[in-house]
Amino acid sequence: MSQRQSAPTTPIAFSEAQLGEVRRLQSLYPDARGALLPVLHMAQETFGYISLEAEEYVATLFDLSPAHVHEVVTFYTLYFRERPGRHVVAICHNLSCHLAGAPGILEHAKRRLGIEAGETTPDGRVTLQAVECLCACEAAPMAQVDDRYELNLTPEKIDRLLEGLR
Amino acid sequence: MTEIVLMRNFSNPDSHTLGAYRSAGGYAAWDNARRMEPAAITEEMKKSNLRGLGGAGFPTGTKWSFIPKTHTGPVYLVVNADEGEPGTFKDRYLLERDPHALIEGMLIAARAIRCTHAFVYIRGEYVEPWRRFGAAVKEAYDAGLLGRGLDIVVHRGAGAYICGEETGLLSSLEGKKGWPKIKPPFPAIKGAFGQPTIVNNVETLCCVPPIITRGAAWFAGLGTKTQGGTRMYSVSGRVKKPAVYEATVAITLRQLIEMAGGVSGTGRLKAVVPGGGSAAILTADEIDVTMDVDGLKAAGSMIGSAGVMVMDESVSIPEALMVLARFYAHESCGQCTPCRESTGWVYKMVHRIVERRGHKDDLDTILDVAKRGGGTTICAFYDGAIGPYISYIEKFRSEFEALIPHA
Repeated sequence: MSQRQSAPTTPIAFSEAQLGEVRRLQSLYPDARGALLPVLHMAQETFGYISLEAEEYVATLFDLSPAHVHEVVTFYTLYFRERPGRHVVAICHNLSCHLAGAPGILEHAKRRLGIEAGETTPDGRVTLQAVECLCACEAAPMAQVDDRYELNLTPEKIDRLLEGLR
Repeated sequence: MTEIVLMRNFSNPDSHTLGAYRSAGGYAAWDNARRMEPAAITEEMKKSNLRGLGGAGFPTGTKWSFIPKTHTGPVYLVVNADEGEPGTFKDRYLLERDPHALIEGMLIAARAIRCTHAFVYIRGEYVEPWRRFGAAVKEAYDAGLLGRGLDIVVHRGAGAYICGEETGLLSSLEGKKGWPKIKPPFPAIKGAFGQPTIVNNVETLCCVPPIITRGAAWFAGLGTKTQGGTRMYSVSGRVKKPAVYEATVAITLRQLIEMAGGVSGTGRLKAVVPGGGSAAILTADEIDVTMDVDGLKAAGSMIGSAGVMVMDESVSIPEALMVLARFYAHESCGQCTPCRESTGWVYKMVHRIVERRGHKDDLDTILDVAKRGGGTTICAFYDGAIGPYISYIEKFRSEFEALIPHA
């Protein structure tokens, strides 16, 4: 909670250009509210995560109650409600990856980073997650590192990946 | 040797581009279909015996014909690209390697149902497929294929398995949490934004152009009496060559495992999940089943999304159930009490069994709760959870009992 109460480093407001993009997105749907998820993605890219202040701000853009936006943000796994690390390493622990050794991969990453799944390294470099099926089971075990899928993981490959994250 | 229909363009490294798609004969089906009466397109789908490839296996032409004939307002086509069923990865390949096949299928489907505004809901984690598909949509607009009768909006989800359920997907598309809705009314009557809506899976729509080009009879002839075509099987787990394989829907599970190089690990098969995490497990003696909708139904399981997960003899079935039970506990949307409560408790119980802390009556409690909860919830999610709960325990009960003290 302390993180949320501290002053945000970026002011919670979109630029004029971004507001134009919000209006464009809203015009794509028969009801402007259809653009809520895409605009929340924009908010997260802009502000780093979706704080309560960001929820309230987005609510004003849609004429929705902050409670509705909060309900949406908390329902989905890809919206961060606290600032994540500069990189997010999401290791799949569903069945195909499990059969291919995901528990060992996850343990290895935890040891290397000195954190549990769901935590961020103290230097703010990496957030580690254990996630459900990312649908790349042909290359299990696998993980999503930021936007990229990293396939056929081994402890050595995890080491190289983590070293590459700054 | 099965004819390759859906993966026909995959070997071309530029297969995702409009130029490559066109030079392989792409958009010729649309040229034909735009001169056909909408009802004639739907009729062609019915004759082809195409059935939905996302999970439910519903006949596609029949679904399209449910749009009320008297409706004068907008009709929406929504593509379910929220692939998330454990063990399934076929739609990722189609979005990345043949996005124009989906766009062409959408053009034809939209004409059949008289839709001018379509949405493609892509799971939030699929960043690369989303970029690839978005680029293809832009190419199609620039070429005048889109924007003259059909507009496509590419919509990114935000991480929730339940949004793969069609009414949950529609809630999410409307800017809400992805809570499923009670049916009826079915989406074809009252769907996205309150209007008649057809929700189709990516792979299903990719079958549409070849059906128009080569005819319904040809497509029907590729499959069984009640289901036409080939489909893409995602094969993973303990096989030598995990990959996506295209084959007729009439292939047997045994043949499919052979296609994937046979069983790895100990080399001795123990069990197979034939249709994604929510399908009932089959034992090594049950793999001479055909991989069509009705074949697996008769075997007490389901083809679902055709995600095949293979387990050799060294795999612990209780551990496998624990992993899936964790998934269902995590992904239950929380709307219906039987699902919200049972998925959490079943995970805790299977977890303690795996940790050798299980109670004597845990297995019977899980079976009792699972059997009484089936069919009591708004959507099929919980029915999908009890498939594994019941089948893993009933078919491998002694393996669970061996872990329970004083069982």
